[in-house]
Order: sequence, then structure tokens, then C-alpha cells
Amino acid sequence: MNAEAKTGDAPVKISVRNLNFFYTGGHQALFDNCLDIRANRITAVIGPSGCGKSTHLRVYNRIYELYRGQRAEGEVLIDGRNILSPDVDVLELRRKVGMIFQKPTPFPMSVFDNIAYPMRLHFKLSRSEIADRVENALRGASLWDEVKDKLKKSGLALSGGQQQRLCIARAIAAEPEILLMDEPTSAVDPVATLKIEDLVLELREKFTVVIVTHNMQQASRISDYTAFFYKGEIIEYDTTDRIFTNPSHKKTEEYITGRFG
Amino acid sequence: MREHLAREINRLKRMIGTLATGAETAVRQAVEAAMQRDAELALAVIENDGVLDREEITIEEECLKILALHQPVAGDLRYIITFLKVNGELERIGDLAVNIARRAVEMAERDEVPGELIDFGPQVTLVRRMLKQALDALVARNCLEANEAIQLDVEVDRMNSENFRRALALIAKYPGFAATYIDAMFISKHLERIGDCTTNICEDVVYLELGKIVRHGGQTAGA
Repeated sequence: MNAEAKTGDAPVKISVRNLNFFYTGGHQALFDNCLDIRANRITAVIGPSGCGKSTHLRVYNRIYELYRGQRAEGEVLIDGRNILSPDVDVLELRRKVGMIFQKPTPFPMSVFDNIAYPMRLHFKLSRSEIADRVENALRGASLWDEVKDKLKKSGLALSGGQQQRLCIARAIAAEPEILLMDEPTSAVDPVATLKIEDLVLELREKFTVVIVTHNMQQASRISDYTAFFYKGEIIEYDTTDRIFTNPSHKKTEEYITGRFG
Repeated sequence: MREHLAREINRLKRMIGTLATGAETAVRQAVEAAMQRDAELALAVIENDGVLDREEITIEEECLKILALHQPVAGDLRYIITFLKVNGELERIGDLAVNIARRAVEMAERDEVPGELIDFGPQVTLVRRMLKQALDALVARNCLEANEAIQLDVEVDRMNSENFRRALALIAKYPGFAATYIDAMFISKHLERIGDCTTNICEDVVYLELGKIVRHGGQTAGA
């Protein structure tokens, strides 16, 4: 059963309508997903492995199209426009909908160029403008103080947590409206995890954040809304405090209390 | 991990059961001491309250430990929160039994009243029934039973009012024994408060099962 949060306290940014997703060979991974993601809120997507969390997320910026034979049906409206429509500029969509992956993916270039690269791709800026924006992006990702003296060093030389924040800075630099995070802390240590969580909470001020996580405590700590996926269906979607204190569905309760998954 | 938590919850259930039995026994014995003018039994109730207090602290520590170590959510979280609250109510019931026992000691030291004393029998029977039903409801997570127990509190309150009126009449009739009848009024009042504590436990059971706070007519914050 699909569900929508009934108590929206912010305008809808992403409206998913009857989304179905098929992998190569026709294997269906998502079934009639319906979901309203609120602007400037953090929405956590939880569920057991293979339930379709990441697949669902990857539709929002059509990154699945990089793989042959995968297709999405239904509608994903961002600010009212269906981004699955063929006339959508995918490059512009991916600028608007940034993505952070499970493993930090800094480019094999300097810290500075990691951030400057998407700027040069999307905007025509002078050197000094780029320098200003790089600093802003690094500050926005709470990384500036740690890397301001090593901007010319390789991004790969940073610690795992710093690399992930560098990737967040890189995503921010493209001035997106939505940030998708696919298990962004699963490859970093607990201290770096908390830093990234604090950062995500700050990012909410400017961006709409959708985060896939296996970490239940993380979902309950930082998100405003939580969607529980199971076997490609959205079983329950509600405010996070309700999901974690009094979920409506037995399956949700069983999952979050560790009875399966 | 999950089985470990289930074991901890079952252990807490047993501990709450022991505390409840102790509190219920204290109430029964305190009232019996008052009615039988048995100062020795009353003193035993007062002395035993330390055991209930220690049990309450142990249960609270266990709950806090589970919250910190297991970080329960949903039904498991509500279970621990309910245990914490019921734990406090049971300790309070023990304290009210001590209050009754203290009155019983004073009553035993005075001359016996010429006529009958207030008969607390029906009131204490009803309070004990409420308490038993509340704890059965807690263990079985049975809202229906909890709601039935809540309804009994109306009768406990009515009995208290009746005892009050009766005590006033007896004071008018035997003014030389006013102190004992005032003690009796307090005992009835304490029993009425125990009924209230038991009602709170029942409301906690409703929260445990439905996740809804039904205290104060089910008002929500800000309503």
C-alpha cells in the first residue's frame, strides 16, 4: 500500500505519482510508488536490502538512464514538472538534483578543482568568482577550516569523512535545489558520521534532502519524514516521530524494531 | 539483538510484577492494620516500604539502561516508557500505603471508638481489584481491561465521599473520638488516591497499546 504524509508542514517539492521501475529484462523493482517530498525538509528512506530505496532515489535525477535497459513509468513532478518527460534537459536536472553516494567519490584532482569542476561545467564564472564560490561551498559543507590550507592537495588525500563532505561541497557548488544522499555515512566512522549528520541538518535550510539510510537511528535523528519501503512498495510514509513512536503498519513496526530485515 | 531486548523486556515485566505485588500487599496490610488496630503490622508496612523504594530505583535504572543501550523504537519504546511511568505509580501507591499505616499506628495508640469504625472493606476490595486488573491489562496489553478498571475508579471516589460523610456524622455523635475518625477520613482519601494512581497505570496501558495519550480527556499538547 502506498501512503502519503498527511501532515505536510511545507510545500511539496517532489511529487511521485504511480512510479513503477523496471530493470533490464523487465524485472520490476518499484510498484506504484506515490510520495510527496516536502521542500526544505529531510526525508529518510528506510527498508531492508533490496527493497527499492536506492532505485527509487535514482529516478529523481534519472541517473538510472546511464544503464541500458532500465526504465521508469509514472510521474515524478519536481516543482510541478514531470522530470520523466523526454524533453527534460537531463544535465540541468542533475544540476538541480545533486547526489551523494555511499562511498565518497572525489575526482582525482585537487580539493579546489573538485569543487570548481562542476562550476565550470554549469556556469560561466571568472577566476575570482570561482574562488569565492569554492570557499562558500566548502564552508557550506563544514569543511573549509579543515582544508583551507590544502586546497591544492589531492581530494583523495583527505580522510573518508572529509572526502564525503568534499563530495557534498561539490554537489552544493552546482547550486542544486534537491540533494539525494544514498547511505552517505555507511563508509565513514562514527565521528565523521555525526559531522555529516550535523551538516545534513544545516543543509535543510537551503535544500530539500532525501536520504537513503540503513541506519535507523540516523533516520530518527535527522529526518522530518520517513518512508518505509518493502519489496518495491511504500508501506508507510509519515512524520519521523510518528514512524518511530507509533507506526500505523505492522510491517513498519516489525522492521524498525528489528524483527526482520 | 532483538531477542536480547525481548529478554530484557520480559525481565522488566517480572520486576514490575514483583513491585506491584509488594505495593498491593502493603495497601491490604495497612488497611487491615487500621481496622484491626494492629500497630505491629502497620509498622511492618512502614518498614517494608524501603524494599519497594529500592525495587523502584532498580527498575528505573534498568529502563534507562535499555533506553541507552538498545535505543528501542515504536512498540518497544512505548513498553519501556510505560514501565518507567507505572514504576513511579507503584512506588507512589507504596507511599500511600505507608500514609495509611501511619494513621493506623496512631489509631491503635488511642482508645477504641465506641461504635463501629468506618468499614474500608468494600473500598479496599475495589481498589485491589482495580490494581490487579490494571496490571493484568499491562501484561496482556489489553486496553479493554484497562478501560474497565478506569471505570471502577468512579465507584472508589463515591465510596470515599460516602466515608467522608459517615465520618463527619460519627464525629458529631462521638466528638471525643474525632481524631480517630479524622484518621479514618484520611485513610479513605488515601485509598481514593490509590485508585487515581491505578487509573494512571490503566491510561499508560492505553498509551502502550495504541500510542495515544488519553490523560486529561485525551487532550493533545497545545489543544
